[in-house]
Amino acid sequence: MKNFVIGLGATSPRATAARAARTGAVLACALAFAFTTVPVIAGEEKVQIATAPGVDQVRANCIACHSLDYIQMNSPFLDRKGWEAVITKMEKAFGAPIRAEDKDAILNYLATAYGKK
Amino acid sequence: MHRRNVLTAAAGFAATSALPLARAAQIWQPGEMADGALDSALLEALPGKRELIKRSFRPPNFETPIEYFRAAITPNDAFFVRYHLGSIPDAAAASWRVRVGGAAAGTPVELNLVQLQREFEPVEIVAVCQCSGNRRGMFQPHVQGVAWGVGAMGNARWKGVRLRDVLKRAGVKPDALEVAFNGADEPAMEGTPDYIKSIPLDRALDENTLIAWEMNGAPLPRWNGFPARIIVPGWTATYWVKHLTDIDVRTKPQGGFWMIPAYRLPAGRFSGIDRFPSQENATNVPITNMLVNSLVTSIHDGMRVHAGQPVEVAGIAWDGGSGIRTVQVSLDHGQSWSDAPLGKDLGRFSFRQFSYTFKPDRTGTQLVLVKATSQRGETQVSDLVPNPAGYHHNVIPRIALAVA
Repeated sequence: MKNFVIGLGATSPRATAARAARTGAVLACALAFAFTTVPVIAGEEKVQIATAPGVDQVRANCIACHSLDYIQMNSPFLDRKGWEAVITKMEKAFGAPIRAEDKDAILNYLATAYGKK
Repeated sequence: MHRRNVLTAAAGFAATSALPLARAAQIWQPGEMADGALDSALLEALPGKRELIKRSFRPPNFETPIEYFRAAITPNDAFFVRYHLGSIPDAAAASWRVRVGGAAAGTPVELNLVQLQREFEPVEIVAVCQCSGNRRGMFQPHVQGVAWGVGAMGNARWKGVRLRDVLKRAGVKPDALEVAFNGADEPAMEGTPDYIKSIPLDRALDENTLIAWEMNGAPLPRWNGFPARIIVPGWTATYWVKHLTDIDVRTKPQGGFWMIPAYRLPAGRFSGIDRFPSQENATNVPITNMLVNSLVTSIHDGMRVHAGQPVEVAGIAWDGGSGIRTVQVSLDHGQSWSDAPLGKDLGRFSFRQFSYTFKPDRTGTQLVLVKATSQRGETQVSDLVPNPAGYHHNVIPRIALAVA
Protein backbone atom coordinates (compact mmCIF):
# COMPACT_ATOMS: atom_id res chain seq x y z
CA MET A 1 0.00 0.00 0.00
CA LYS A 2 1.13 3.50 -0.69
CA ASN A 3 1.27 6.19 1.90
CA PHE A 4 2.12 9.78 1.29
CA VAL A 5 3.90 11.76 3.90
CA ILE A 6 5.06 15.30 3.77
CA GLY A 7 7.71 15.86 6.36
CA LEU A 8 11.35 16.30 7.17
CA GLY A 9 14.27 14.00 7.19
CA ALA A 10 13.22 11.18 4.91
CA THR A 11 16.13 9.49 3.20
CA SER A 12 16.67 7.36 0.14
CA PRO A 13 19.42 6.28 -2.20
CA ARG A 14 18.62 9.28 -4.34
CA ALA A 15 18.25 11.97 -1.72
CA THR A 16 20.94 12.48 0.85
CA ALA A 17 20.42 13.83 4.31
CA ALA A 18 22.38 16.89 3.26
CA ARG A 19 19.93 17.55 0.48
CA ALA A 20 17.01 17.09 2.84
CA ALA A 21 18.51 19.54 5.27
CA ARG A 22 19.16 22.03 2.50
CA THR A 23 15.74 21.98 0.94
CA GLY A 24 14.12 21.97 4.33
CA ALA A 25 11.32 19.75 3.21
CA VAL A 26 11.18 16.39 1.63
CA LEU A 27 8.16 14.77 0.16
CA ALA A 28 8.39 11.12 0.86
CA CYS A 29 6.59 8.73 -1.39
CA ALA A 30 6.46 5.42 0.36
CA LEU A 31 6.12 2.74 -2.24
CA ALA A 32 5.38 -0.89 -1.63
CA PHE A 33 9.00 -2.00 -1.76
CA ALA A 34 11.12 1.10 -1.84
CA PHE A 35 11.28 4.62 -0.55
CA THR A 36 11.79 7.45 -2.95
CA THR A 37 12.31 10.97 -1.79
CA VAL A 38 11.98 14.02 -3.91
CA PRO A 39 13.28 17.46 -3.02
CA VAL A 40 10.47 19.98 -3.12
CA ILE A 41 11.07 23.34 -4.73
CA ALA A 42 9.77 26.11 -2.49
CA GLY A 43 6.44 27.33 -3.82
CA GLU A 44 5.15 23.99 -5.03
CA GLU A 45 2.52 24.08 -2.29
CA LYS A 46 0.87 26.89 -4.27
CA VAL A 47 -0.20 24.44 -6.95
CA GLN A 48 -3.90 23.80 -6.44
CA ILE A 49 -5.55 21.33 -8.75
CA ALA A 50 -9.29 20.88 -9.14
CA THR A 51 -11.13 19.04 -6.40
CA ALA A 52 -13.05 16.36 -8.25
CA PRO A 53 -13.45 12.59 -8.18
CA GLY A 54 -10.08 10.99 -8.88
CA VAL A 55 -7.95 13.76 -7.40
CA ASP A 56 -6.66 11.44 -4.66
CA GLN A 57 -5.52 8.88 -7.21
CA VAL A 58 -3.85 11.64 -9.23
CA ARG A 59 -1.95 12.85 -6.19
CA ALA A 60 -1.01 9.32 -5.14
CA ASN A 61 0.39 8.29 -8.51
CA CYS A 62 1.78 11.44 -10.11
CA ILE A 63 3.40 13.55 -7.41
CA ALA A 64 6.44 11.35 -6.81
CA CYS A 65 7.99 12.47 -10.11
CA HIS A 66 6.53 15.88 -10.88
CA SER A 67 4.56 18.79 -9.52
CA LEU A 68 0.91 18.83 -10.51
CA ASP A 69 1.15 22.11 -12.43
CA TYR A 70 2.13 19.91 -15.39
CA ILE A 71 -1.56 19.00 -15.59
CA GLN A 72 -2.80 22.60 -15.59
CA MET A 73 -0.12 23.70 -18.05
CA ASN A 74 -1.34 21.13 -20.57
CA SER A 75 -4.97 22.16 -20.45
CA PRO A 76 -7.60 22.35 -21.67
CA PHE A 77 -6.64 21.08 -25.11
CA LEU A 78 -6.15 17.32 -24.68
CA ASP A 79 -9.24 15.16 -25.15
CA ARG A 80 -9.75 11.85 -23.37
CA LYS A 81 -7.59 10.05 -25.90
CA GLY A 82 -4.88 12.67 -25.51
CA TRP A 83 -4.80 12.30 -21.73
CA GLU A 84 -4.79 8.52 -22.11
CA ALA A 85 -1.69 8.86 -24.29
CA VAL A 86 -0.06 10.99 -21.59
CA ILE A 87 -0.72 8.31 -18.96
CA THR A 88 0.69 5.66 -21.29
CA LYS A 89 3.78 7.82 -21.88
CA MET A 90 4.31 8.21 -18.14
CA GLU A 91 4.17 4.44 -17.71
CA LYS A 92 6.02 3.22 -20.78
CA ALA A 93 8.58 5.96 -21.33
CA PHE A 94 9.14 7.21 -17.79
CA GLY A 95 8.51 4.02 -15.82
CA ALA A 96 5.80 5.49 -13.61
CA PRO A 97 4.45 2.71 -11.35
CA ILE A 98 0.81 3.71 -11.75
CA ARG A 99 -1.50 1.33 -9.92
CA ALA A 100 -3.74 -0.54 -12.35
CA GLU A 101 -6.82 0.03 -10.21
CA ASP A 102 -6.22 3.80 -10.19
CA LYS A 103 -5.91 4.30 -13.93
CA ASP A 104 -9.59 4.77 -14.77
CA ALA A 105 -10.05 7.29 -11.98
CA ILE A 106 -6.97 9.24 -13.12
CA LEU A 107 -8.10 9.31 -16.74
CA ASN A 108 -11.64 10.33 -15.81
CA TYR A 109 -10.29 13.13 -13.64
CA LEU A 110 -7.95 14.50 -16.31
CA ALA A 111 -10.53 14.24 -19.09
CA THR A 112 -13.27 15.84 -16.98
CA ALA A 113 -11.41 18.54 -15.05
CA TYR A 114 -8.66 19.33 -17.57
CA GLY A 115 -9.94 17.95 -20.87
CA LYS A 116 -10.82 19.69 -24.10
CA LYS A 117 -14.31 21.11 -23.75
CA MET B 1 22.94 49.95 -30.06
CA HIS B 2 20.68 52.86 -29.29
CA ARG B 3 20.66 52.35 -25.57
CA ARG B 4 18.68 55.50 -24.83
CA ASN B 5 15.97 54.41 -27.23
CA VAL B 6 15.87 50.93 -25.77
CA LEU B 7 15.40 52.36 -22.30
CA THR B 8 12.74 54.75 -23.55
CA ALA B 9 10.95 51.92 -25.16
CA ALA B 10 11.26 49.92 -21.98
CA ALA B 11 9.65 52.70 -19.99
CA GLY B 12 6.90 52.97 -22.57
CA PHE B 13 6.32 49.27 -22.35
CA ALA B 14 5.86 49.46 -18.61
CA ALA B 15 3.67 52.55 -18.83
CA THR B 16 1.16 50.86 -21.08
CA SER B 17 1.28 48.10 -18.65
CA ALA B 18 -2.21 46.90 -18.54
CA LEU B 19 -0.57 44.15 -20.52
CA PRO B 20 -3.51 42.52 -22.17
CA LEU B 21 -2.19 39.05 -21.64
CA ALA B 22 -1.12 39.21 -18.04
CA ARG B 23 -3.09 36.60 -16.19
CA ALA B 24 -1.22 35.39 -13.18
CA ALA B 25 0.71 38.30 -11.69
CA GLN B 26 2.23 40.86 -14.05
CA ILE B 27 3.68 38.51 -16.61
CA TRP B 28 3.62 39.16 -20.30
CA GLN B 29 2.73 35.94 -22.06
CA PRO B 30 1.89 35.31 -25.71
CA GLY B 31 -1.86 35.40 -26.21
CA GLU B 32 -2.00 32.23 -28.27
CA MET B 33 -1.04 30.08 -25.29
CA ALA B 34 -3.57 27.71 -23.72
CA ASP B 35 -5.61 29.04 -20.79
CA GLY B 36 -4.17 26.43 -18.43
CA ALA B 37 -0.62 27.47 -19.28
CA LEU B 38 -1.40 31.17 -18.87
CA ASP B 39 -3.21 30.66 -15.59
CA SER B 40 -0.70 28.28 -13.97
CA ALA B 41 2.27 30.59 -14.67
CA LEU B 42 3.61 32.36 -11.59
CA LEU B 43 6.47 34.74 -10.95
CA GLU B 44 8.70 32.70 -8.64
CA ALA B 45 12.36 32.85 -7.63
CA LEU B 46 14.50 29.73 -7.31
CA PRO B 47 17.35 30.11 -4.78
CA GLY B 48 19.93 32.40 -6.37
CA LYS B 49 17.63 33.47 -9.18
CA ARG B 50 15.41 36.48 -9.75
CA GLU B 51 11.71 36.02 -10.25
CA LEU B 52 11.17 34.06 -13.44
CA ILE B 53 8.05 32.66 -15.06
CA LYS B 54 7.36 29.35 -13.35
CA ARG B 55 6.06 26.78 -15.80
CA SER B 56 6.54 23.81 -13.47
CA PHE B 57 7.99 23.63 -9.98
CA ARG B 58 9.35 20.07 -10.15
CA PRO B 59 11.31 19.30 -12.20
CA PRO B 60 11.99 23.04 -12.22
CA ASN B 61 11.13 24.72 -15.49
CA PHE B 62 11.41 28.50 -15.24
CA GLU B 63 11.29 30.93 -18.14
CA THR B 64 13.07 34.27 -18.57
CA PRO B 65 10.59 37.19 -18.75
CA ILE B 66 10.72 39.14 -22.00
CA GLU B 67 12.15 42.33 -20.53
CA TYR B 68 15.56 40.67 -20.01
CA PHE B 69 15.85 40.25 -23.78
CA ARG B 70 16.16 44.00 -24.20
CA ALA B 71 19.87 43.40 -23.54
CA ALA B 72 22.09 41.27 -25.77
CA ILE B 73 23.46 39.28 -22.81
CA THR B 74 21.07 37.53 -20.45
CA PRO B 75 22.01 37.89 -16.76
CA ASN B 76 22.90 34.65 -14.97
CA ASP B 77 20.26 35.16 -12.29
CA ALA B 78 17.56 35.69 -14.94
CA PHE B 79 18.68 32.83 -17.20
CA PHE B 80 16.01 30.22 -17.87
CA VAL B 81 16.02 26.86 -16.07
CA ARG B 82 15.03 23.58 -17.68
CA TYR B 83 15.20 20.08 -16.17
CA HIS B 84 13.74 16.74 -17.17
CA LEU B 85 14.68 14.96 -13.97
CA GLY B 86 13.70 15.81 -10.43
CA SER B 87 16.87 15.00 -8.51
CA ILE B 88 19.28 17.87 -9.03
CA PRO B 89 22.69 17.72 -7.42
CA ASP B 90 24.22 20.43 -5.32
CA ALA B 91 27.72 19.36 -6.21
CA ALA B 92 30.77 20.80 -4.53
CA ALA B 93 33.38 21.99 -7.00
CA ALA B 94 36.15 20.33 -4.99
CA SER B 95 34.70 16.84 -5.26
CA TRP B 96 33.50 17.11 -8.84
CA ARG B 97 35.09 14.89 -11.51
CA VAL B 98 34.45 14.32 -15.18
CA ARG B 99 35.29 10.92 -16.64
CA VAL B 100 36.21 10.46 -20.30
CA GLY B 101 36.03 6.94 -21.66
CA GLY B 102 34.11 4.65 -23.95
CA ALA B 103 34.70 2.05 -26.65
CA ALA B 104 36.33 4.60 -28.96
CA ALA B 105 38.44 6.32 -26.31
CA GLY B 106 42.11 5.39 -26.01
CA THR B 107 42.91 5.72 -22.31
CA PRO B 108 40.16 6.64 -19.86
CA VAL B 109 40.78 10.00 -18.20
CA GLU B 110 39.36 11.53 -15.05
CA LEU B 111 39.70 15.25 -14.43
CA ASN B 112 38.82 17.52 -11.56
CA LEU B 113 37.83 21.14 -12.00
CA VAL B 114 41.32 22.53 -11.30
CA GLN B 115 42.86 20.19 -13.87
CA LEU B 116 40.23 21.15 -16.41
CA GLN B 117 40.90 24.84 -15.82
CA ARG B 118 44.71 24.64 -15.73
CA GLU B 119 45.75 21.89 -18.10
CA PHE B 120 43.90 23.02 -21.21
CA GLU B 121 43.68 26.29 -23.11
CA PRO B 122 40.76 28.40 -21.81
CA VAL B 123 38.46 29.88 -24.43
CA GLU B 124 35.40 32.14 -24.35
CA ILE B 125 32.44 32.31 -26.68
CA VAL B 126 29.15 34.21 -26.69
CA ALA B 127 26.38 31.80 -27.59
CA VAL B 128 22.62 31.44 -27.40
CA CYS B 129 21.32 28.57 -25.30
CA GLN B 130 17.78 27.86 -26.43
CA CYS B 131 15.52 25.01 -25.37
CA SER B 132 14.31 22.96 -28.34
CA GLY B 133 10.77 23.54 -27.12
CA ASN B 134 10.99 27.31 -26.74
CA ARG B 135 7.58 28.73 -27.81
CA ARG B 136 5.94 25.29 -27.63
CA GLY B 137 3.05 26.87 -25.73
CA MET B 138 2.35 29.07 -28.77
CA PHE B 139 1.74 26.11 -31.08
CA GLN B 140 -1.71 25.94 -32.59
CA PRO B 141 -3.09 23.39 -32.23
CA HIS B 142 -1.46 23.07 -28.81
CA VAL B 143 0.92 20.19 -28.19
CA GLN B 144 1.69 18.41 -24.93
CA GLY B 145 4.86 19.26 -23.03
CA VAL B 146 6.28 22.18 -21.06
CA ALA B 147 4.26 25.13 -22.37
CA TRP B 148 7.07 27.60 -22.94
CA GLY B 149 6.44 31.14 -24.08
CA VAL B 150 9.28 33.09 -25.69
CA GLY B 151 11.80 32.91 -22.85
CA ALA B 152 13.23 29.39 -22.77
CA MET B 153 16.47 30.83 -24.03
CA GLY B 154 19.34 33.09 -23.09
CA ASN B 155 22.61 34.45 -24.42
CA ALA B 156 25.80 34.32 -22.37
CA ARG B 157 29.56 34.56 -22.62
CA TRP B 158 30.72 31.05 -21.76
CA LYS B 159 34.24 30.24 -20.60
CA GLY B 160 35.68 26.78 -20.66
CA VAL B 161 37.95 24.49 -22.61
CA ARG B 162 37.47 22.86 -25.98
CA LEU B 163 35.92 19.44 -25.72
CA ARG B 164 38.29 18.27 -28.45
CA ASP B 165 41.33 19.13 -26.32
CA VAL B 166 39.95 16.99 -23.50
CA LEU B 167 39.10 14.18 -25.93
CA LYS B 168 42.65 14.32 -27.29
CA ARG B 169 43.98 13.69 -23.79
CA ALA B 170 42.06 10.40 -23.73
CA GLY B 171 42.69 9.67 -27.39
CA VAL B 172 39.97 9.19 -29.99
CA LYS B 173 40.08 5.94 -31.96
CA PRO B 174 39.40 5.94 -35.72
CA ASP B 175 36.07 4.14 -35.28
CA ALA B 176 34.57 6.88 -33.07
CA LEU B 177 31.06 7.82 -34.19
CA GLU B 178 29.40 9.90 -31.48
CA VAL B 179 30.31 11.48 -28.16
CA ALA B 180 27.70 11.13 -25.40
CA PHE B 181 27.28 13.12 -22.20
CA ASN B 182 25.74 12.33 -18.85
CA GLY B 183 25.20 14.74 -15.98
CA ALA B 184 24.69 14.32 -12.26
CA ASP B 185 20.96 15.04 -12.33
CA GLU B 186 18.94 11.89 -11.79
CA PRO B 187 15.39 10.66 -12.08
CA ALA B 188 13.12 10.42 -9.06
CA MET B 189 12.09 6.90 -10.12
CA GLU B 190 14.37 4.00 -10.92
CA GLY B 191 12.38 3.29 -14.07
CA THR B 192 12.77 6.78 -15.53
CA PRO B 193 15.50 6.97 -18.18
CA ASP B 194 18.58 8.97 -17.21
CA TYR B 195 19.24 12.04 -19.31
CA ILE B 196 22.02 11.07 -21.72
CA LYS B 197 22.65 12.92 -24.99
CA SER B 198 25.13 12.43 -27.80
CA ILE B 199 26.45 14.58 -30.63
CA PRO B 200 28.19 13.51 -33.84
CA LEU B 201 31.98 13.18 -33.65
CA ASP B 202 32.57 16.15 -35.98
CA ARG B 203 30.49 18.38 -33.72
CA ALA B 204 32.38 17.10 -30.66
CA LEU B 205 35.66 17.99 -32.35
CA ASP B 206 34.43 21.41 -33.48
CA GLU B 207 36.52 24.20 -31.99
CA ASN B 208 33.40 25.89 -30.59
CA THR B 209 32.12 22.94 -28.57
CA LEU B 210 33.21 23.47 -24.98
CA ILE B 211 33.17 22.16 -21.47
CA ALA B 212 32.29 25.40 -19.68
CA TRP B 213 32.46 26.33 -15.99
CA GLU B 214 31.87 30.03 -16.28
CA MET B 215 29.00 32.13 -17.57
CA ASN B 216 29.22 35.92 -17.95
CA GLY B 217 32.33 36.00 -15.77
CA ALA B 218 30.88 34.01 -12.87
CA PRO B 219 30.69 30.31 -12.00
CA LEU B 220 27.71 28.55 -13.56
CA PRO B 221 24.63 28.92 -11.36
CA ARG B 222 23.49 25.70 -9.75
CA TRP B 223 20.37 25.73 -11.96
CA ASN B 224 22.41 26.16 -15.12
CA GLY B 225 24.81 23.27 -14.69
CA PHE B 226 27.32 23.98 -11.90
CA PRO B 227 30.16 23.15 -11.83
CA ALA B 228 30.57 22.39 -15.56
CA ARG B 229 28.39 21.80 -18.59
CA ILE B 230 28.64 21.13 -22.28
CA ILE B 231 28.28 24.07 -24.69
CA VAL B 232 27.29 23.24 -28.28
CA PRO B 233 26.99 26.67 -29.92
CA GLY B 234 24.37 26.75 -32.66
CA TRP B 235 22.58 23.62 -31.48
CA THR B 236 19.58 23.54 -29.20
CA ALA B 237 20.07 23.25 -25.45
CA THR B 238 19.09 19.56 -25.30
CA TYR B 239 22.74 18.79 -26.07
CA TRP B 240 24.17 21.25 -23.53
CA VAL B 241 24.30 18.66 -20.75
CA LYS B 242 24.49 20.22 -17.28
CA HIS B 243 26.40 19.01 -14.20
CA LEU B 244 28.60 17.03 -16.60
CA THR B 245 30.06 13.84 -15.13
CA ASP B 246 30.66 11.42 -18.01
CA ILE B 247 31.87 11.68 -21.58
CA ASP B 248 31.48 8.51 -23.60
CA VAL B 249 33.34 8.27 -26.93
CA ARG B 250 31.17 5.81 -28.82
CA THR B 251 31.45 3.49 -31.78
CA LYS B 252 27.68 2.98 -31.86
CA PRO B 253 24.74 5.41 -31.86
CA GLN B 254 23.58 6.42 -28.39
CA GLY B 255 20.16 4.99 -27.60
CA GLY B 256 17.72 5.78 -24.84
CA PHE B 257 14.50 7.74 -24.58
CA TRP B 258 16.13 11.19 -24.73
CA MET B 259 17.78 10.41 -28.08
CA ILE B 260 14.85 8.53 -29.60
CA PRO B 261 11.86 9.00 -29.58
CA ALA B 262 12.45 12.33 -27.75
CA TYR B 263 13.85 15.42 -29.47
CA ARG B 264 12.88 14.32 -32.95
CA LEU B 265 11.63 16.18 -36.03
CA PRO B 266 9.59 14.58 -38.82
CA ALA B 267 12.06 13.70 -41.61
CA GLY B 268 12.19 16.16 -44.49
CA ARG B 269 9.90 18.79 -43.01
CA PHE B 270 12.43 21.50 -42.15
CA SER B 271 15.05 23.16 -44.28
CA GLY B 272 18.32 24.56 -43.01
CA ILE B 273 18.94 21.87 -40.41
CA ASP B 274 22.31 20.30 -39.70
CA ARG B 275 22.60 16.55 -40.31
CA PHE B 276 23.20 13.98 -37.58
CA PRO B 277 23.47 10.91 -39.87
CA SER B 278 24.08 8.21 -37.26
CA GLN B 279 20.78 9.10 -35.54
CA GLU B 280 18.56 9.58 -38.60
CA ASN B 281 15.91 7.15 -39.81
CA ALA B 282 13.24 7.15 -42.53
CA THR B 283 10.57 8.80 -40.40
CA ASN B 284 12.39 11.19 -38.10
CA VAL B 285 15.68 12.96 -37.42
CA PRO B 286 17.11 14.47 -34.24
CA ILE B 287 16.70 18.18 -33.69
CA THR B 288 20.10 19.82 -34.20
CA ASN B 289 20.71 23.53 -34.86
CA MET B 290 18.46 26.42 -33.99
CA LEU B 291 16.56 27.98 -36.87
CA VAL B 292 16.81 31.69 -37.64
CA ASN B 293 14.49 33.64 -35.40
CA SER B 294 13.83 37.00 -33.79
CA LEU B 295 12.04 38.42 -30.78
CA VAL B 296 10.54 41.91 -30.66
CA THR B 297 10.89 43.32 -27.14
CA SER B 298 9.85 46.97 -27.51
CA ILE B 299 6.25 46.64 -28.68
CA HIS B 300 3.57 44.03 -28.28
CA ASP B 301 0.33 43.04 -29.94
CA GLY B 302 -2.51 45.38 -28.99
CA MET B 303 -0.21 48.12 -27.69
CA ARG B 304 -1.48 51.71 -28.01
CA VAL B 305 0.75 54.24 -29.77
CA HIS B 306 0.19 57.76 -31.12
CA ALA B 307 0.06 58.92 -34.72
CA GLY B 308 3.01 61.12 -35.61
CA GLN B 309 5.07 59.89 -32.65
CA PRO B 310 8.08 57.64 -33.14
CA VAL B 311 7.63 53.92 -32.47
CA GLU B 312 10.71 51.79 -31.97
CA VAL B 313 10.66 48.20 -33.22
CA ALA B 314 13.58 46.68 -31.33
CA GLY B 315 14.67 43.25 -30.25
CA ILE B 316 17.09 40.44 -30.89
CA ALA B 317 17.74 37.98 -33.71
CA TRP B 318 19.76 34.75 -33.79
CA ASP B 319 20.23 31.53 -35.73
CA GLY B 320 22.11 28.25 -35.57
CA GLY B 321 25.55 29.70 -35.97
CA SER B 322 25.88 31.38 -39.36
CA GLY B 323 25.09 34.79 -37.90
CA ILE B 324 22.42 37.34 -38.75
CA ARG B 325 22.51 38.99 -42.17
CA THR B 326 19.44 41.23 -41.89
CA VAL B 327 16.45 41.98 -39.76
CA GLN B 328 13.68 43.56 -41.77
CA VAL B 329 10.48 45.33 -40.81
CA SER B 330 7.33 45.55 -42.94
CA LEU B 331 4.54 48.04 -42.29
CA ASP B 332 2.45 47.03 -45.33
CA HIS B 333 1.55 43.40 -44.66
CA GLY B 334 4.80 42.09 -46.09
CA GLN B 335 4.71 43.83 -49.47
CA SER B 336 7.86 45.81 -48.78
CA TRP B 337 10.59 45.38 -46.17
CA SER B 338 13.08 47.83 -44.66
CA ASP B 339 16.36 46.85 -43.05
CA ALA B 340 16.57 47.50 -39.33
CA PRO B 341 19.96 48.81 -38.14
CA LEU B 342 21.79 46.04 -36.30
CA GLY B 343 23.60 46.32 -32.97
CA LYS B 344 27.11 45.23 -32.08
CA ASP B 345 28.23 41.89 -33.47
CA LEU B 346 29.15 39.64 -30.52
CA GLY B 347 29.86 36.66 -32.77
CA ARG B 348 27.87 34.40 -35.03
CA PHE B 349 26.39 32.34 -32.19
CA SER B 350 25.10 35.36 -30.25
CA PHE B 351 21.89 37.34 -30.09
CA ARG B 352 22.14 40.32 -32.45
CA GLN B 353 20.19 43.39 -31.43
CA PHE B 354 18.19 45.44 -33.93
CA SER B 355 16.25 48.68 -33.75
CA TYR B 356 13.99 50.31 -36.34
CA THR B 357 12.03 53.49 -35.72
CA PHE B 358 9.02 54.75 -37.68
CA LYS B 359 6.14 57.20 -37.19
CA PRO B 360 2.66 55.82 -37.82
CA ASP B 361 0.92 58.47 -39.93
CA ARG B 362 -2.74 57.61 -39.38
CA THR B 363 -4.95 56.30 -36.64
CA GLY B 364 -6.29 52.77 -36.66
CA THR B 365 -4.48 49.46 -36.72
CA GLN B 366 -0.84 49.39 -37.81
CA LEU B 367 0.48 45.91 -38.45
CA VAL B 368 4.22 45.40 -37.87
CA LEU B 369 5.99 42.34 -39.31
CA VAL B 370 9.59 41.46 -38.44
CA LYS B 371 11.76 38.98 -40.29
CA ALA B 372 15.34 37.89 -39.63
CA THR B 373 17.56 36.33 -42.30
CA SER B 374 20.70 34.39 -41.48
CA GLN B 375 24.09 34.66 -43.17
CA ARG B 376 23.38 31.38 -44.87
CA GLY B 377 20.17 32.74 -46.38
CA GLU B 378 17.57 31.06 -44.18
CA THR B 379 14.69 33.23 -43.10
CA GLN B 380 11.78 33.09 -40.66
CA VAL B 381 8.66 31.34 -41.93
CA SER B 382 5.23 32.84 -42.57
CA ASP B 383 3.36 29.80 -41.26
CA LEU B 384 4.14 27.44 -38.43
CA VAL B 385 5.66 24.13 -39.50
CA PRO B 386 3.65 21.59 -37.51
CA ASN B 387 5.51 18.85 -35.65
CA PRO B 388 4.34 16.72 -32.74
CA ALA B 389 6.85 17.89 -30.13
CA GLY B 390 6.42 21.61 -30.78
CA TYR B 391 9.92 22.53 -31.98
CA HIS B 392 11.26 25.31 -34.21
CA HIS B 393 8.58 27.98 -33.82
CA ASN B 394 10.16 30.76 -35.87
CA VAL B 395 7.09 32.34 -37.40
CA ILE B 396 7.24 35.98 -38.54
CA PRO B 397 5.32 37.91 -35.86
CA ARG B 398 2.35 40.08 -36.86
CA ILE B 399 2.11 42.75 -34.19
CA ALA B 400 -1.03 44.90 -34.37
CA LEU B 401 -0.53 48.37 -32.88
CA ALA B 402 -3.55 50.50 -32.00
CA VAL B 403 -2.65 53.96 -33.34
CA ALA B 404 -4.60 56.74 -31.62
